[in-house]
Amino acid sequence: MTARVGVVTFPGSLDDGDAARAVRIAGAEPVRLWHGDPDLHGVDAVVLPGGFSYGDYLRCGAIARFAPVMETIVDAARGGLPVLGICNGFQILCEAHLLPGALTRNQHLHFRNRDQILRIEATGTAWTNTFQPGQEVLIPVKNGEGCYVADAATLDRLEAEGRVVARYVGGNPNGSQRDIAAITNEAGNVVGIMPHPEHAVEALTGPSLDGLGFFTSVLKHLVGAPA
Amino acid sequence: MPRVVVDVMLKPEILDPQGQAVANALPRLGVSDVASVRIGRRIEIEFTGEPDLDRAREIADKLLANPVIEDFTVRVVEADETAGAHS
Repeated sequence: MTARVGVVTFPGSLDDGDAARAVRIAGAEPVRLWHGDPDLHGVDAVVLPGGFSYGDYLRCGAIARFAPVMETIVDAARGGLPVLGICNGFQILCEAHLLPGALTRNQHLHFRNRDQILRIEATGTAWTNTFQPGQEVLIPVKNGEGCYVADAATLDRLEAEGRVVARYVGGNPNGSQRDIAAITNEAGNVVGIMPHPEHAVEALTGPSLDGLGFFTSVLKHLVGAPA
Repeated sequence: MPRVVVDVMLKPEILDPQGQAVANALPRLGVSDVASVRIGRRIEIEFTGEPDLDRAREIADKLLANPVIEDFTVRVVEADETAGAHS
């Protein structure tokens, strides 16, 4: 049976279309979810896409966290539902306390938009299990507030528990502490990533096909997961 | 009607690139005696009844500030001290 992967649209979401397309190219059925509808419609996993939900008012992701769909997603994620937050989705996951730390203004204050090499360091997560440890991938990064910060104890714990999923290689585009590009929760089902794997899934539009691995990983994870 | 003012500031250890950019612009104004600038956010809350500092603290902790990176203070001010006051 084809896995069904939900993609949430908030007011101001930008990359929900590309995320749904990446899900389809990976071989799953994308299911569009609406911020105002708490029903997840039986999806097997959820992607929170990039963009500027609620105009980035107050703080990026601060208001999206209180959307009806997020209340359901937070509960489901605590129960093991695979959730991938990309860019604004990563910010929302931090604001919802599903992931530690916060994303702040890029240290150089410039919006950064470029193809970025990442090193995948945690391959035990629901979204990275098709990568090799240490594998380098090329994925677009585009953010104004992608600087990951957390206190030293949190950073040390992330490192010790192998929860730094990916790091920037060849230049840190936003000043993120310890070059962190992606992290996961303790269970490995929730991953937040600043760069955009959904923009690197086919040769016509992306710099590589490396982003596809995130979406095929969740399918592999779902096949192995108990029903 | 008195309002509750919530001041939200980045924690001291969090880099404030906006504040730095402003500080770096000051010499072009001819100002050379400013050591640093930090930028925060002021929020005014008007309750339907009496100002409720505990409620304001809860609002600030859950929504207005992100305690991971920001500190906040709450205080009650009289209407003529707030931005919406008629002069």
